Amino acid sequence: MSGTIQKPVIDNAKANVDVIATGQEHPEDSPLSVHDLTVAYHRKPVLWDIDLDLPDGKVIGIVGPNGAGKSTLLKACMDLIPRASGRVMVYGKPYKKQRQLVGYVPQRETVDWDFPVSALDVVTMGRYARIGWCWPVTRSHRAAAMTALDRVGLADFAHRQISQLSGGQQQRVFLARALTQEAQLYLMDEPFAAVDAATEQAIVRILHDLRDAGRTVVVVHHDLQTVPTYFDWVAMLNMRLVAVGPVDEVFTQVNLQKTYGGKLTLLDEAAYAVSREMRVKR
Amino acid sequence: MPTIEDILALLTLRDYNTRLVITSTAILGAAAGLIGSFLMLRRRSLMGDALSHATLPGIAIAFLVMVAVGGEGKYLPGLLAGAAIAGLIGVGCVVWITRLSHLRDDTAMGIVLSVFFGLGVALLGVIQNLPGGNKAGLESFIYGKTASMVWSDFVLICGAAVVCMVMCLLFYKELKSLCFDANYARSWGLPTGLLDAMVLALVCVVVVIGLQAVGLILIIALLITPPAAARFWTHRLGMMLVLSVVIGAASGYLGSAVSALFPRMPAGAIIVVVAAILFLVSMLMGPARGVLPRVWRGFVLQHSVLRQHVLRAFYEMNESAHEGELTEVEQTQLSIDRLMAARSWRRTQLLRALRAARREGLVEVASASGGDDENMDGRVYRLTDQGLVVAARNVRNHRLWEMYLIAHADIAPSHVDRDADQVEHVLGDEMVARLEERLRREYPEVLLPKVPISPHVIE
Amino acid sequence: MTWTPAIDNWIVATGVMAALACALPGNFLVLRRMSMMGDAITHAVLPGLAVAFLMTSSRGSVTMFVGAVLAGLLTTLFTQWVERFGRVDGNAAMGVVFTTLFAVGLILIVRSADHVDLDPSCVLYGSIEQAVLDTVRPFGIAMPRAFLTLLIVFAINAILFGVFYKEFKLSAFDPALATTLGINATVMHYLLMIVVAVTTVAAFEAVGSILVIAMLIVPPATARLLTDRLGVMILLSLVLGAASAGLGHVGAITVPSMIFPEVSDTTTAGVIAVVAGLLFVMALLLSPRHGVISRAVHRWQLNFHIVKQDVLGLVYRLEEHPGEHEQAVQRILQDAMDVRPMVSHWAIGRLVREGLLNRMGGDDVRLTETGREHATRLVRAHRLWETYLERHLDLPAGRLHPTAERFEHVTTETMAKRLADSTDRPAQDPHGRDIPR
Repeated sequence: MSGTIQKPVIDNAKANVDVIATGQEHPEDSPLSVHDLTVAYHRKPVLWDIDLDLPDGKVIGIVGPNGAGKSTLLKACMDLIPRASGRVMVYGKPYKKQRQLVGYVPQRETVDWDFPVSALDVVTMGRYARIGWCWPVTRSHRAAAMTALDRVGLADFAHRQISQLSGGQQQRVFLARALTQEAQLYLMDEPFAAVDAATEQAIVRILHDLRDAGRTVVVVHHDLQTVPTYFDWVAMLNMRLVAVGPVDEVFTQVNLQKTYGGKLTLLDEAAYAVSREMRVKR
Repeated sequence: MPTIEDILALLTLRDYNTRLVITSTAILGAAAGLIGSFLMLRRRSLMGDALSHATLPGIAIAFLVMVAVGGEGKYLPGLLAGAAIAGLIGVGCVVWITRLSHLRDDTAMGIVLSVFFGLGVALLGVIQNLPGGNKAGLESFIYGKTASMVWSDFVLICGAAVVCMVMCLLFYKELKSLCFDANYARSWGLPTGLLDAMVLALVCVVVVIGLQAVGLILIIALLITPPAAARFWTHRLGMMLVLSVVIGAASGYLGSAVSALFPRMPAGAIIVVVAAILFLVSMLMGPARGVLPRVWRGFVLQHSVLRQHVLRAFYEMNESAHEGELTEVEQTQLSIDRLMAARSWRRTQLLRALRAARREGLVEVASASGGDDENMDGRVYRLTDQGLVVAARNVRNHRLWEMYLIAHADIAPSHVDRDADQVEHVLGDEMVARLEERLRREYPEVLLPKVPISPHVIE
Repeated sequence: MTWTPAIDNWIVATGVMAALACALPGNFLVLRRMSMMGDAITHAVLPGLAVAFLMTSSRGSVTMFVGAVLAGLLTTLFTQWVERFGRVDGNAAMGVVFTTLFAVGLILIVRSADHVDLDPSCVLYGSIEQAVLDTVRPFGIAMPRAFLTLLIVFAINAILFGVFYKEFKLSAFDPALATTLGINATVMHYLLMIVVAVTTVAAFEAVGSILVIAMLIVPPATARLLTDRLGVMILLSLVLGAASAGLGHVGAITVPSMIFPEVSDTTTAGVIAVVAGLLFVMALLLSPRHGVISRAVHRWQLNFHIVKQDVLGLVYRLEEHPGEHEQAVQRILQDAMDVRPMVSHWAIGRLVREGLLNRMGGDDVRLTETGREHATRLVRAHRLWETYLERHLDLPAGRLHPTAERFEHVTTETMAKRLADSTDRPAQDPHGRDIPR
């Protein structure tokens, strides 16, 4: 027996048809389309009913207050945390089949920077999926990694142990690692957290270069001031999707108010009760 | 006491039995060092502890089963298979407990190791009380019985070591990615659960093979100590693995050699103590993360900071005397007392720094009027040609940094001196170049290769 | 099975006392995530014991206590040094230190086998059966020396944790806060380590140093599964520890003969650990709040409850459209889609028994008066939620249903009232259906 029961229908005969219809409306060529995504873990509801289709070839910011579920959205898209419901399509196919098209930049704090590897080693890890099981890393892969390091301005630091890099440099190493993946879609989790202004500018330049080369970049971002200059599109998130669209259309006072303003306490309460009582996991 | 002859005979492995024992333990140490490295980097060192304790009931059950089916109770492969199965079940229980409850993994490991070990002890108690002979010696698995190793043990250990080696080499890149950043590894499609299971399975193989040699408690040390020691020597994973293997092998080799030379030295324990000594040496001496190199680096930095302060004092006091750029000819000579006034430093500190600067040929004694070596107070010093060049560079870096702080960090000019003091010493050439680049707009003169004017009043 | 009161009673008493003494500090080891430190200390007391034996050649002496306690403290101290100065991962540091100390102890014992009769396996897994034979007569009552020692240690522990309960609690929960309140975290840490070392040494004679871990860790961990309150957890851990000691001895002299007729008994200490483990597994499965099985049962009940509510809601909606209601049961069976028909049948049966539905003969059901009240509340909550979601989240009409569907089952009276308030008490939902009152 399942936790959620699809209900009959007289109430919603039409509504159900609509749901299916929206499902089909997800465009095939969208780099990332998320349908009906709900994530609840440790009894805490984090994301509810997220539905979005991102356009191709744009730099897209995800903004929202602390605890709004921005990072969670990225992780849930990549199956790093379990989803209560929903599906994620990358270029029209399930994420699992499209892994090689997705490059991920995790938050810097998630790894042990004392680990005995050099910057070049870390960047080379971006090629591992391409190299394949058990095959050794060849010179050409290392050269590709070196190119990526050069692109983020760290060629001189290639052989430093990673703990000897500054925070901004470590962030750029992560970026370089994603670059070597030569992905179509990049998901970046707070790449600007705790980096100096110069690094931030350098990273933004690279993001824009990626876009100009036809890639799609999704960035979890904090600083509202820079949203209009950094991003083409913005998704505003606070446990639910408040708005998504081109920055000049949706980055409005009204939407900011909705995103950062008071919480919808009733929704919160009900969401919490559901996750506690029902364990929405199917 | 053993003679030199004995020692030589032993170290060159002349005797068949010692050859067998020593090579076996060395290979075991190498294998444990290899797989233990991945365990440590995955922060699961103590999983080996839980696993090895959990093997005991497996040994006892295997014995009982083999006796029950009418076989030879102490058939070694059977016992080891039992140990391996029990060990893996133990690890499975740790994972299971942490999944199903909100208990932490340390508690789960404590529960598994004590309960499994308790079951083992209880079963051994049953075995002791069983009628019929040939049941003694099962306890040797707890402490190991190195000296009684035979050819088949050697073959077993070699086989296990080869399996470990091959797996680690084959999946080197995958294991590296897993240990460094498991989330990222999963994002590009690495089956992290499967890889973790493989590491634990290999640990299980090493533990089970090591039971015979060093016993179930001391095999833990071979899994943990060599990798921890190797980490002090290098910042590269490949090198660390090699060193860990070498340290593990050396512990096995030296430990069993010592145990063979002296009477009543339990080999397993000696091997662990040798490993611990190697760890201690590594912790003190290891160039990458060792304690002494770190202390030494701190000392060197402090020394160079002091030297730079002395040179800057010379330069700036001359500068204020002559109002502007210095040339060698105009240099004023400075007495200790005047130098003392330049900064708040202790007299001994200053004298030590001056001595060092003289040795390096940066400072010279201008005149020794009224002073000899015992009484240095009367001496007058000045910079040498080379000293002047170095001092000018130091002062320039210092002032560039001050300018940067004033222009970009909004620090009041009266405060920058102290703030710049802390940073200038770690400025590399590359940083200086970036500073120049950054300051071009505010202070165009920084592009000239000369010392800029101090942005604040020098007292 | 032969129960010799003079011996077996004392074995149980000693085991119980060991379990009681261990469980007290064990609670804090578990809560401070230092369970493995207990493991490390219990292994590492070996050299301390060996040195003490070498010096005094006697068991139970004060020197032995001091030596072992010092060894235990050195373990924590060395571990911290290696961790801090060598910047080694805490687990690895602990592993290096305790295995080394254990090895040193083993060497000492083997080297001095001439002078002292100390069997390392006796230290490792003890022998409670032998320990009770060594008796003393304080106040004219004959009792095993081990029992007396453990009694004293338990009394000291009880007083210590009674007096410093607040401090231990706070420094286990939030060391930073404890420090700001003037409780020195380092002192509390070492105090706990001293207690663990002393208790370990006192208990090793009875149960052996490795099985001390079972008494330190397992009962508190079991208690942790059964309650979320520290005070209750400590009391439960005492009861569980005592129970495993008692049952453990009974098990040791009964169970083996059931399986192996020729064997009369086995090592009590081992069986105590096994019983403690079995109690843990039972708690893991059956604990009322965290247990695996109780959670599954709860989930099943909840799901069944939801099915029942869904059936009520469906009948209500069918009755809104009188033309279709004659097929009510079939509609339920067809439409409650991902529920098996059998479950729907059960739900209908249960609702009829509860007096919420009436069977109308043949294949039909109708709401009773109470049933209608329940159903009204549900449908009202559903439609209010749809309105709320539409107004506040701008969800398109097609996306309202699934969320309202989940929320209707957890909507309380007060929530429904607030929902109505925040949507201006609408008469109709976004799909144009009446919202019942």
